[in-house]
Amino acid sequence: MPILVDRSTRVVVQGITGKEGAFHAARSKEYGTQVVGGVTPGKGGTTHEGFPVWNTVAEAVAKEGANCALIFVPPAAAADAIMEAAAAGVPLVICITEGIPVADMVRTKHFVMGTKSRLIGPNCPGVITPGQAKVGIMPGPIHKAGDVGVLSRSGTLTYEVVGQLTRRGIGQSTCVGIGGDPVNGTSFVDVLRLFNEDAGTRAIMMIGEIGGTAEEEAAAFIKSSVKKPVVGFICGQTAPPGRRMGHAGAIIAGGKGTAAEKMKALQDAGVTVVTSPADMGATVAKVIGA
Amino acid sequence: MKIHEYQAKALLREFGVAVPKGEVADTPAQARAIAERLGGRVVVKAQVHAGGRGKAGGIKVADDPQRAEQAAGQILGMMLKTPQTPPEGIRVRKVLVEEASAIERELYLSITLDRARATNVVMASQAGGMEIEEVAVKTPDKILREWAHPALGLADFQARRLTFGLGLAGESFKQGVALIRNLFTLYLAKDCSLVEINPLVVTKDGRVFALDAKLNFDDNALFRHKDIVELRDTNEEDPLDVEASKYGLNYIKLDGDVGCMVNGAGLAMATMDIVKLSGGEPANFLDVGGGASPEQIENAFRILSSDRNVKAVFINVFGGILRVDRLAEGIIAAVKKLGLTLPVVLRAEGTNVEQGKKMLADSGLALTMADDMADGAKKAVELAKRGDRK
Repeated sequence: MPILVDRSTRVVVQGITGKEGAFHAARSKEYGTQVVGGVTPGKGGTTHEGFPVWNTVAEAVAKEGANCALIFVPPAAAADAIMEAAAAGVPLVICITEGIPVADMVRTKHFVMGTKSRLIGPNCPGVITPGQAKVGIMPGPIHKAGDVGVLSRSGTLTYEVVGQLTRRGIGQSTCVGIGGDPVNGTSFVDVLRLFNEDAGTRAIMMIGEIGGTAEEEAAAFIKSSVKKPVVGFICGQTAPPGRRMGHAGAIIAGGKGTAAEKMKALQDAGVTVVTSPADMGATVAKVIGA
Repeated sequence: MKIHEYQAKALLREFGVAVPKGEVADTPAQARAIAERLGGRVVVKAQVHAGGRGKAGGIKVADDPQRAEQAAGQILGMMLKTPQTPPEGIRVRKVLVEEASAIERELYLSITLDRARATNVVMASQAGGMEIEEVAVKTPDKILREWAHPALGLADFQARRLTFGLGLAGESFKQGVALIRNLFTLYLAKDCSLVEINPLVVTKDGRVFALDAKLNFDDNALFRHKDIVELRDTNEEDPLDVEASKYGLNYIKLDGDVGCMVNGAGLAMATMDIVKLSGGEPANFLDVGGGASPEQIENAFRILSSDRNVKAVFINVFGGILRVDRLAEGIIAAVKKLGLTLPVVLRAEGTNVEQGKKMLADSGLALTMADDMADGAKKAVELAKRGDRK
């Protein structure tokens, strides 16, 4: 049994008439995900590359029972797209868009917290439950159904660990990218809680990075509540302080948020911490005895 | 994005936050003229994007216009070295000439994002003028915090609580409350990521103002602040970083000799890590992004190889959005156009990988192929150590 997305997930793509939106809507559908259509305000009633287009998310919910929104709207309007999906009662909102202003996300997160929706991202690769549903931009074929839960702040580094796992014959229950921005919807702790309660997840691979305190909060939660083995990796061990490493959230500021601190916090919580990114898959294999 | 103190103070003034009277000068003669206009003692301050200027000799007090000219002459053109600058320092191109004030107390005030609470926090302390990180570690109770409401902002009672906490009373109290409110308005209006006033001063005659000012801005929000973008001073940035930003590339120059070209920030950081673990030193962080075009790849390659320290390039790509065939197209174009002789190690996986690898194999380029990340890092470090760059 996976978390967040599965065969029953019905996806509406916001920004479907854009290049990225159209491309990934098609890839997700090819993978077997139920993509019911898309939203582009002003283009309602048309079709785009075979997908019906609506003016509002609410229409997609009413007409097609969409229960998941996948957002590719450009940064200036993406936060608004998140709020529209949450206001329409979509339970799961996944925002891929990179580069949303922090101030927009502060207000939007607050808005979403007042609804029943869960936000994943922004600036994330999305969520995939191998063999069931791919809601995001990750390459589908590298995944394999199984029982290791993967969560990460990074996109391509998630593909890296998934590739390492699949090559060893180790499948994944669900892979969740929570995104690399300083303010995001779902945290490591939220996803760890879901994996911990998920009967289909036997072990957890968590990839963190420098900046902020999300990994330290995850470590505290793992120590107090997680009953399953966790393998951790923190990227940015060699990053200099004060420089933003691509992700808006990946910055060592005021001597805080270093990889060393995070690795120690995870170790103290009983997590098997990997030093080299090349050893992530092998370490999971060892921990689960595969 | 960072700006200079004199630019920050102009913004503060615009938003009704009190700052000392002063103007910026490019030459000692201008500094003298400003000092004459201000009258009395002045302070001459080097304008660079780095803290710790005072200790490094970048701030001087002058009693009269002639001494202000002398001080400006000493500071302008100097390579200012502080713990926050590169080892060789930063050249000072401008000085701020300000009226000197009879200071009674030095306080601290800042606004930034509290990531854990996902809202902005205003911090104030009576321990101004010091390293606030030090205060935070040693005496955390000396820092007052008020978290703004994510949608409603900072309430007046919060501004009052901070101002009382700073020990201000009477007329100074009124000025303090207004200053905090106006500063918060500025922070939101201009999409700042940090506003730091250290020190915030109270003068002997009870005036409250920002003696120093540091403003940083959210890069993601610059699209809606053309006025702020105009304040960018590329002299303060590494030339290669500036060049990279023109092409929307995320590049940060470092000190090593293994050039890294990666898609995705996390994988780019992990690639730097594995180069280091393999006994090498990464020359840079470079994320070419998810949707990089062949032109962007070409420019990335050019920028990477124009760093003369680079002895080998490690390309580590896991194609999701970025297709490996497009990457290959960019690499081939760049190498041919630039006539590169640098050894290149390629590790690629993901979308259209076979097609991309075939294009590279057919191109006749001297590429070393790697099986995985560890293998690629090892090979790149070995090639860099051999160091046969022509």
